Amino acid sequence: MKSNDIILQTITKVTLFVIILFSIHLFFAGHYYPGGGFIGGLMTSGAIVLLLLAYDLKTVAKILPVDFKIVAAVGLLFAVGTGAGSLLFNVPFLTHAFGDMNIPLLGETSLHTATLFDLGVYLVVIGVTMTIIQTIGESE
Amino acid sequence: MFEFILKISLIGISISILGLIYRVIKGPSVPDRVVALDAIGINLISMVAIVSILLNTHAFFEVILLIGILSFIGTVAFSKYLQKGVILERERDL
Repeated sequence: MKSNDIILQTITKVTLFVIILFSIHLFFAGHYYPGGGFIGGLMTSGAIVLLLLAYDLKTVAKILPVDFKIVAAVGLLFAVGTGAGSLLFNVPFLTHAFGDMNIPLLGETSLHTATLFDLGVYLVVIGVTMTIIQTIGESE
Repeated sequence: MFEFILKISLIGISISILGLIYRVIKGPSVPDRVVALDAIGINLISMVAIVSILLNTHAFFEVILLIGILSFIGTVAFSKYLQKGVILERERDL
């Protein structure tokens, strides 16, 4: 049966960016407000799932030519690398550091290495969720 | 007085959720149940909003947007399953 999904596809084109922006906000708000890497990653994969619902697996693979297993591996590398980086400064494993820095356009900003660890969590959550969904969707 | 009004509206939303749960259980067809579950999600949003006013906090505002997005994606997935029989197509026949 031939069907026309024009309403769903148009809504997806508008809503997708709102959802991704919200997930990025959740990711960066994690230090001071509710949020963090886990829920941010889940929301990003929710946006990709909406794209998968409106289009199909082949089109989305063309839009996002990413192997999500590699995304999960890179996320684990980020988390382990943040932990191992503290060993270079002769402090225990997973010791975090922070400092106030003057960044152009943003002004005085407090930077923390826990964000890099959170980025690892974010990438692992996206990779694992999308791998599960794509694997189930491709099987007959 | 303000708290009293908020509690009365909470009771009203609870009654409307109970009516929707009746429709989820009784509903003769599957689309009835899907629409009822979607409306339960919208009612939950307003419940979270009122509870966060009662608790005098803005820590739950992300939850409101989150329930909205999740209920939309869930409803779209269910409707696609009902219409086409599959949720994720491998290739569209254009």
